[in-house]
Amino acid sequence: MMRVKMWKPTGLALAAIAATAAVALAVPSAMAQRDPAYAAARAAGQIGEQPDGYLGFASTPTPAIRALVQDLNIKRKAAYTERAQATGSTVEQFAFTSGCNLIANTKPGEKYQAPDGRWLTRDGSPPVRNASCP
Amino acid sequence: MTTPKTGARRRTIVGHGLAVLIGATALTGCVQIETPDKPIEINLNINIRQEVVYRLDGDAKKLIEQNSEIF
Repeated sequence: MMRVKMWKPTGLALAAIAATAAVALAVPSAMAQRDPAYAAARAAGQIGEQPDGYLGFASTPTPAIRALVQDLNIKRKAAYTERAQATGSTVEQFAFTSGCNLIANTKPGEKYQAPDGRWLTRDGSPPVRNASCP
Repeated sequence: MTTPKTGARRRTIVGHGLAVLIGATALTGCVQIETPDKPIEINLNINIRQEVVYRLDGDAKKLIEQNSEIF
């Protein structure tokens, strides 16, 4: 009898945790607001992902695009710095690991920089990444 | 008395000679180096070790998912 009574709160607690997790996951994606100019420049291949975890210019950008990318890179660096401290790594290490993922996440048609510095267009095949990438 | 001794010494000397010969042959075998067909590439730009990247990969994925507005 004791056991049956013990199970109920555990089930409720699990449901509560699951609900909290669902909310926590849903909120950031709902908050995510991408600048349409950024999405357009990305799709057009003007800007792309670099192996170091930051955005770069595959072709000469307009001043507006340059400002947009610089702003995003500053925000990225702040995020990398925070996570690097939390994980006991350097900003460069965390940024590089993120870069591996960001290049892997590029969609066909988008630009990314290969380890040798060339700007490549992502196609259906896996991207050319640094040998250290997982 | 002396004859067997000299014989033994001679045999030892011959034995030594053989050992040196074998050693020399083994050494020449070791020294031979095959040159690679392709040039050896050393990437000096990235000094981040793979094990570090593997350790941070999960955290990096989480950061990207949770901050999609800057990625």
